[in-house]
Amino acid sequence: MKRIITALLSIVLLGAILTPPAYAIDALPFKDRAQELRFQQLTKQLRCMVCQNESLADSTASLAQDLRRDIFNQMQAGKSDAEIKQWLTSRYSDFVLYDPPLRPSTWLLWFSPLLLVLIGAMVLWRILRRRAQQPLPTTDSGEDW
Amino acid sequence: MLPELGQFALILALLLACVQCIVPIYGAWRGNTTLMSVARHAVAGQAVFVLLAYAILTYAFLAQDFSVAYVAQNSNLSLPWYYRFPAVWGAHEGSLLLWILILNVWSVAVAALSRRLPQALMARVLGVLGFVSICFLLFTVLTSNPFIRHLPALPDGNDLNPILQDPGLIVHPPMLYMGYVGFSVAFAFAIAALLGGKLDGSWVRWARPWTNVAWAFLTLGITLGSAWSYYVLGWGGWWFWDPVENASFMPWLVGTALIHSQAVTEKRGSFRAWTLLLSIFAFSLSLLGTFLVRSGVLTSVHAFASDPRRGIFILVFLGIVVGGSLLLYAIRAPKVSGGKPFRMLSRETLLLINNLLFVCAAAMVLVGTLYPLFGDALGVGRISVGPPYFGFMFVLLMIPVVLLVPFGPFFHWATADWRKTLRHLLPAFIVAIVAVVLALIVFRGLPMRALVGTAGAFWVGIGICLYALHRWRTAPAGRRFSPEMIGMMFAHFGIAVFVAGVLITTAASTERDVRFLPNQVQNIGGVDFRFDGVEKVPGPNYIAEQGNVTVLRGNRVVATLHPQKRQYSGGEQSMQTKPAISAGVFRDLYVALGEPLDADHASDPGKSAWSLRIYVKPFVRWIWFGGLCMMIGGMVAAIDRRFRSGNTGGNSKTNADAATSATTATA
Amino acid sequence: MNARLLPLIGFVGLFALLAFGIHWNTRHEMNEVPSPLIDKPAPEFNLPLLFDPTKTLGSKDLRGKPYLLNVFGSWCPTCQDEHPFLMSEGKSLGIPLIGLDWKDQPDNAKRWLAHFGNPYSTVIADEDGHTGINFGVYGAPETFLVDANGVIRYKHISVLTPRVIEQELKPRIAELLETKQ
Repeated sequence: MKRIITALLSIVLLGAILTPPAYAIDALPFKDRAQELRFQQLTKQLRCMVCQNESLADSTASLAQDLRRDIFNQMQAGKSDAEIKQWLTSRYSDFVLYDPPLRPSTWLLWFSPLLLVLIGAMVLWRILRRRAQQPLPTTDSGEDW
Repeated sequence: MLPELGQFALILALLLACVQCIVPIYGAWRGNTTLMSVARHAVAGQAVFVLLAYAILTYAFLAQDFSVAYVAQNSNLSLPWYYRFPAVWGAHEGSLLLWILILNVWSVAVAALSRRLPQALMARVLGVLGFVSICFLLFTVLTSNPFIRHLPALPDGNDLNPILQDPGLIVHPPMLYMGYVGFSVAFAFAIAALLGGKLDGSWVRWARPWTNVAWAFLTLGITLGSAWSYYVLGWGGWWFWDPVENASFMPWLVGTALIHSQAVTEKRGSFRAWTLLLSIFAFSLSLLGTFLVRSGVLTSVHAFASDPRRGIFILVFLGIVVGGSLLLYAIRAPKVSGGKPFRMLSRETLLLINNLLFVCAAAMVLVGTLYPLFGDALGVGRISVGPPYFGFMFVLLMIPVVLLVPFGPFFHWATADWRKTLRHLLPAFIVAIVAVVLALIVFRGLPMRALVGTAGAFWVGIGICLYALHRWRTAPAGRRFSPEMIGMMFAHFGIAVFVAGVLITTAASTERDVRFLPNQVQNIGGVDFRFDGVEKVPGPNYIAEQGNVTVLRGNRVVATLHPQKRQYSGGEQSMQTKPAISAGVFRDLYVALGEPLDADHASDPGKSAWSLRIYVKPFVRWIWFGGLCMMIGGMVAAIDRRFRSGNTGGNSKTNADAATSATTATA
Repeated sequence: MNARLLPLIGFVGLFALLAFGIHWNTRHEMNEVPSPLIDKPAPEFNLPLLFDPTKTLGSKDLRGKPYLLNVFGSWCPTCQDEHPFLMSEGKSLGIPLIGLDWKDQPDNAKRWLAHFGNPYSTVIADEDGHTGINFGVYGAPETFLVDANGVIRYKHISVLTPRVIEQELKPRIAELLETKQ
């Protein structure tokens, strides 16, 4: 039964992808180019909740179109990017942001790559120093490709 | 009747794979040449039956046999014949069969082209490939049978997803799989070496050409995928850090480290542990990719229909193959670091840094991709990780790589004269600075990223040219440029092209959604576009609304574009937007059709105002040119004579052996 | 020996995570996102009744006792699957079942309800979808359990099956009704 329901829910969501025409293209009346750019940057960083692997900028889902309109209106009303994101996350949770906010739950995410590089570099340094103490054979020119 | 034959063929292939795995490896263990020689025959036999099964499935598609459930799910009567071939790999079961077919292609190639290999090594390599075959054939036969019937046969099938009805489907998956699956050869060599116990690095010489070719194919596959999504999806993007894209990128990153590490192990005898591990990692990540795409553990646009049962199967295989090989490594890996010694400042060190950075990049992508799962496990709610994270981290990790690449060829093995190298590279540095200054003057207001991209591209590109020049001047005629070196130069030059493409297009593209009246001209991104209205155009299995857009420079027509919105006549009414692209070496113009905007003219789209999305994307093709350069580099390097004959110019197998015994004696 | 075991140990960790992933996948719909509005006040709304647009029903009117808000639409095929369960169990829940007709044409909705039956005590129409957005709705059907003080206590995404009604809804409703007394 669970699988049927899963499949059906997917159909509802899928239906949103496959049936509407290209609603991702809304020729909104921006105040100026700067605002248009800001809108594009912002909507690219937001996730569409219906087609969850598309950004809000690219999704053709009806909900995405509504949200883009809302964001546009808020921008016209003078809200900042942070305020708009706050408006969205209070309704849809952090999941709507593609840029994971820095919280204790994401410390591992943000710091592990660089930590890995640092640890690796330290280990490498120690190994290289030990290696460098071995005598170089005189017959090896080291030039050969 | 045929589909049942197909099932039978798969089962026979599975049995032969078992023979291919067990008999030669046992034979190699016991030193029994007869048993070892079974390997080649088993490979041939398995390949015959896999090919048979694949041909039968293809025939089912061509003949539109909707009694086969898989055919009914992925094609219908109106599907053009040329899309019935790639429709075979349009969904899970068929693409799995393609995987197995390509695995057999590689196995046959290895069996046929490696006659000069020591027999025990050959037997073990083919045996390991046989084991991988067993895993996939078992998985197919037990959970993903493409030949299951749906009786009574349906009169018509579902349509192949319209997005897949495109030439891209014909090339992207096979090339990608050639790469993915090709890393199984490097893996097989590593396992064979561990099983055999002779870890001096001689096995690497044989493994290198296969690995280079696999890497080249993977580069091609990823490049094609990126280009395909760019021109099919309608949003001007070319990489989305989608879990399935990441699944192909991780093996590529590790593969890049691997091909460099193999070079060091072969020539200098060092990095043996790295090479073994990277060989295991590269293929493991390929398998992990297979798991991620088919298990439903992560949601993705690309993912095949998920099924936890299949997920469990693949996970078990993953556990056996990867866990087994890492266990083998833990037991059998070389205890002492061998190879010729080297100083802190040397080519070896640069390549170690290279290994480290690429492995960390792959780890970063893995962490980011799996983090939502990790978040679920911790119970902290759905964590979302997307392009802002991956793009930022990846660039950060690659900055040192881009800075160090030109040093690589100039630094000698063992000890490098950094002063001399800096002098060699000074022109590249100067040109990079000059280019940035010029760019700032000519194109006012160019964003920082475009400038950094320009600098990086010139630094790497000129650096390679300088090395080529240096080599021309200093090396004796006839030994100047080996294929391996040419390959290296192509590939590194590809980096420069790629960096230029990515950073410039990311920073300097223009995107606008604009309302156009018929015959209106607007200037977008410095280019004049005139909208000439919309008309209805029929296609083989769709009806399209086609927009006509003319690009002008002054009064001269530069290009005409015809974006479409297609309504397919498939089982589900599906609409697809097909953007129109005017491709150019230095810029792309990209137009997608939106909606008719006038309610009054709703019945007559020809007269209505329409919304159009227009992109002007400078240098976007350079991204794929770069990828192609890298691919060419990999292919060219693989044909180096050192791999084909037993004799090489400078560093031969004996050198590496001598070095190892020398160091173990002194250690 | 230690360093060479590290990759294997790392892999075991990865394996565990992936195994957990499969386990999680069998129990959860991967598209479902937990709502940030649990235990927070429900967004204020004031919407026209579907069957009498001159009258409105607002969140303020519903204060004082718990209620269920079920988001549906005539365009939504999954809602059809949920519908029989609402028809059979709706009355026995003990609290009002309010239907929020989300992003729908009123005529279509009326026809749908006439055809399938009306399990709701009241139906309100959210044509432009704004109230839905405020509730964090991203697909239909979704159901919210709101307590007497207007605080959202539970959200269920997708079909309200008899199992969910028995195991998740009814106990919570009983708790809310108890504390109210």
